[in-house]
Amino acid sequence: MPTKIEKDEISGQQTTGHEWDGIKELDTPMPKWWVYTFYATIVFSAVYFVLFPSVPFVNSYFGGILGYNQREDVARRIEEAAAEQAPFMRRIAAATLEEIRGNPELLTYAQIGGRIAFNNNCAPCHQVGGAGARGYPNLADDDWLWGGRLEDIHQTIQYGIRNSDDRSRQSAMPRYGADRILDQRQIGDVAEYVLSLSGRAEDAERAARGAQVFAEQCVACHGERGEGNRELGAPNLTNAIWLYGGDRRSIVETIHNARNGAMPAWEGRLDAATIKMLSVYVHALGGGE
Amino acid sequence: MQFKHATIERSAPLLAVLTLITVAIGGLVEIVPLFTIESTIERVQGVRPYSPLELAGRNIYVREGCYVCHSQQIRPMRDEVERYGHYSLAAESMYDRPFQWGSKRTGPDLARVGGKYSNEWHVAHMIDPRSVVPESVMPAYPFLARRPLGAGDIAAHLVANRRLGVPYSEEMIASAAADLAAQADPEADTTDLLKRYPGAVIGDFDGDPKRLTEMDALIAYMQVLGTMVKFQGVTPADLKQ
Repeated sequence: MPTKIEKDEISGQQTTGHEWDGIKELDTPMPKWWVYTFYATIVFSAVYFVLFPSVPFVNSYFGGILGYNQREDVARRIEEAAAEQAPFMRRIAAATLEEIRGNPELLTYAQIGGRIAFNNNCAPCHQVGGAGARGYPNLADDDWLWGGRLEDIHQTIQYGIRNSDDRSRQSAMPRYGADRILDQRQIGDVAEYVLSLSGRAEDAERAARGAQVFAEQCVACHGERGEGNRELGAPNLTNAIWLYGGDRRSIVETIHNARNGAMPAWEGRLDAATIKMLSVYVHALGGGE
Repeated sequence: MQFKHATIERSAPLLAVLTLITVAIGGLVEIVPLFTIESTIERVQGVRPYSPLELAGRNIYVREGCYVCHSQQIRPMRDEVERYGHYSLAAESMYDRPFQWGSKRTGPDLARVGGKYSNEWHVAHMIDPRSVVPESVMPAYPFLARRPLGAGDIAAHLVANRRLGVPYSEEMIASAAADLAAQADPEADTTDLLKRYPGAVIGDFDGDPKRLTEMDALIAYMQVLGTMVKFQGVTPADLKQ
């Protein structure tokens, strides 16, 4: 307990009266600005207490006289943002893809909206800017599995590829090795032939044997010269673009197990206008036809 | 008697007792109403206990410390709702023991990651996160695809959860091991499984139908996150009761 409060001679301040081994403590007051700020926060909290939800009771709580509810607040903010976008979104929903592309104002809007939707929904697989990754096609080049016209892209986004939606793009490459349609030697031969299509064969004799297998098993989808078929999503085998790797080992693995990559249907997850914006955005990434 | 602070300060037991009482009042005022106020847990349709495979995956999620970087709690703010989906409800984690909310987001929130990515994507991402997300700083978990799922004690996990209040029925516990195997097998008859655990995602999650791995379980858990409640047409007023 303070015993002897006295005035310190040097600073002119009162002491607290505490003393330890001859050491005394000054009782310098807090700065005025600090003290008033502190009082202001107390007043603020009292006002906040009354205005906003604060005191819990046993079966309910005091909701504050403003009636603020964060969940209603966020619902309202989302509605406001949607209302702000509505004039454009309505125009995009009503326009055809070609009309959007032909109208600079709508095109700009669709490009920006499409980019945001793409980054949130598509980039996890197709990567930012549509750069693609192993198993997920590059969307910025001019090589398309299922077609690169606006309406092709739109259909792919809408219904997806090889999913449970009846309208999704369907095709299935057989598992030539796993289901024993071809033996290991034949698979090796046909892989050699596929390599020869892009000028990389090392064994001409083997490639010639592979050409026969190719003619029997592969041409129906990949075409006589391996040029691919967009109706079936069959890739072109003559260029340097390989979704699952173009080295011998990867090609053998593809023939053995097949790949059949899937893409979800976005109709129902995204609204019609957003799917249109995405189509326009993907089309403009570089390879649109 | 006049109140003297010095009396309290000079008696350690008295100070301890009074401190305990003071802190207890603060705690009780904050905690007790959560149990008694009816609107704490929203009444929404669809929340069910985790299926055995999902629960096994959840145990791996906790074991690997995924919660250290990922929250499972979408806050009611516009930017969060537009990025992740509907804000999380207390009801959605009512069968979580313990909950995986959190505020640490080195990685994205996972409360509604279910159905957002394909199983193949998850496998690729777990084995090498940079293969699908170049800027990711997540550690790789390739061993999950190699390690067989040790789930011989899965029924005991259900029992433990039931003791903590999760409504697992006798039937669920009895068929836990069978349900666990059936969910990861696309060929299996899953009628009963789906009756017990509606909306459970069935499939060979890790791309290797011959083996049941930790990857299978973890992805089964990922794919159910945030998918139990259907939010179409739900308004804040519905959640308020």
